[in-house]
Amino acid sequence: MTTDTPIARPGADPDPAGAAATCPVSHVTVPAAHGSCPFDPPPAYREAHEASPITRIALWDGAPCWLLTGYRHSRAVLADNRFSADARLPGFPFLTPGRRELVSRTTPTFLRLDDPEHSRQRRMLTGDFIIKRVEALRPQIQQIVDEALDRMIAKGGPADLVQEFALPVPSLVICLLLGVPYEDHAFFQEHSRTLLDITAETDRVEASQRALTDYLGDLADRKLREPDDGVISRLVARGELSRAEAASMGLLLLIAGHETTANMTALGTLALLENPAQAERLREQPELMRGAVEELLRYLTIVHLGVPRVALEDVELDGTLIRAGEGVLCMLSTANRDSEQFEDGDALDVTRDARRHLAFGFGIHQCLGQPLARAELQIALATLLRRLPGLRLAVPFEQVERRTESVVHGLRALPVEW
Amino acid sequence: MQVTIDQDRCCGSGQCVLTVPAVFDQGEDDGLVQLLQERPGPELAADVKLAAALCPGGAITAHGEPG
Repeated sequence: MTTDTPIARPGADPDPAGAAATCPVSHVTVPAAHGSCPFDPPPAYREAHEASPITRIALWDGAPCWLLTGYRHSRAVLADNRFSADARLPGFPFLTPGRRELVSRTTPTFLRLDDPEHSRQRRMLTGDFIIKRVEALRPQIQQIVDEALDRMIAKGGPADLVQEFALPVPSLVICLLLGVPYEDHAFFQEHSRTLLDITAETDRVEASQRALTDYLGDLADRKLREPDDGVISRLVARGELSRAEAASMGLLLLIAGHETTANMTALGTLALLENPAQAERLREQPELMRGAVEELLRYLTIVHLGVPRVALEDVELDGTLIRAGEGVLCMLSTANRDSEQFEDGDALDVTRDARRHLAFGFGIHQCLGQPLARAELQIALATLLRRLPGLRLAVPFEQVERRTESVVHGLRALPVEW
Repeated sequence: MQVTIDQDRCCGSGQCVLTVPAVFDQGEDDGLVQLLQERPGPELAADVKLAAALCPGGAITAHGEPG
């Protein structure tokens, strides 16, 4: 199912501009199926990249779109304000009908807005994620990590590291930071999964979106009445956002704050278990952990779907004309393996200087919570290695179950012993 | 080496502070870039260049050759 399915609808002309004379429409299906290795980008994107780093494709609805698989092009497009992140604009590439439907019914957050509105909203939050503030949270993160491990160890192995550790740690941290009651985690985890599930039917996605928006709207009301020092409380106290905007922003932070870090923790642990010499090196030299987390972010790049943009005007990208109104998908997972940027990019090397990776995106929309994600990953992985020197898989590697339906690639379960 | 910053382009990613804390800081309230030294010494030149390259908003410019 990688390359042989034409995806234009009957009657749809994926190439009205006539650029096909010089650039044929490729049959790469987006989103592409995952390959056998849980660490690698979908094979179809890698094959496309080998043929050309800029590939013209048609989406499920016949819309013309450009697939960018190299480092240089994705970095350039994401930094270029001639490419818009506004999903309400015609030509914006949607990967499923459900996602397109959702945009018309929801209040956009700064993730899907351009400047100046993007900047106005984002800057209400940038103060909460400064390096100094996140560094000051490290003792609390360490405590959350230790307590989760204590509970897992007390229950005894084999244990599912996803349920016992990788998921609760970032959920507890983001709840603490936002001022969301952790008791509600089963509710918001279930619905965030549906929102991130690219196979979910439109009405299920809408129901989850509504449930979460109502929940965060109610929470915002409560924080107005009973303020605390969480991010949501401070956000509503500014009085600059409508209730709907505050709920949308709270939802973005809640989802972005736990699903991504949870999947990186689980997949990062699996990568270290499969590379025992590198895990040993990190046990011996814990000071390498900061760089190792950058390398794991690069190597695993869990956002497997492309980062979508639409061209606001005609732009020539390395000799290819991208016309105004055409969609672009920046494939961060293949960009971060691009041999032009990272020598031997398919190899994990925790001693590599991987700081130029694009795992958090690039441009003005680059991940706002990256300092927090880094701190959580550094502490979680270092503590796992230190406290469980005998950590190993409890099932054969091939049987580790993956989450293939999600926007965020990861593991469904990670059975371990120690 | 001379460093200039453009706060209008800053998106508060914190990459510069992580890379060269001796040269860059962030405002406590708005998280935006602040310059601690306009003319960092040659020993910091490579890191400042990396910070400029890592800045997602293009808010940092490093002028002059290292050294």
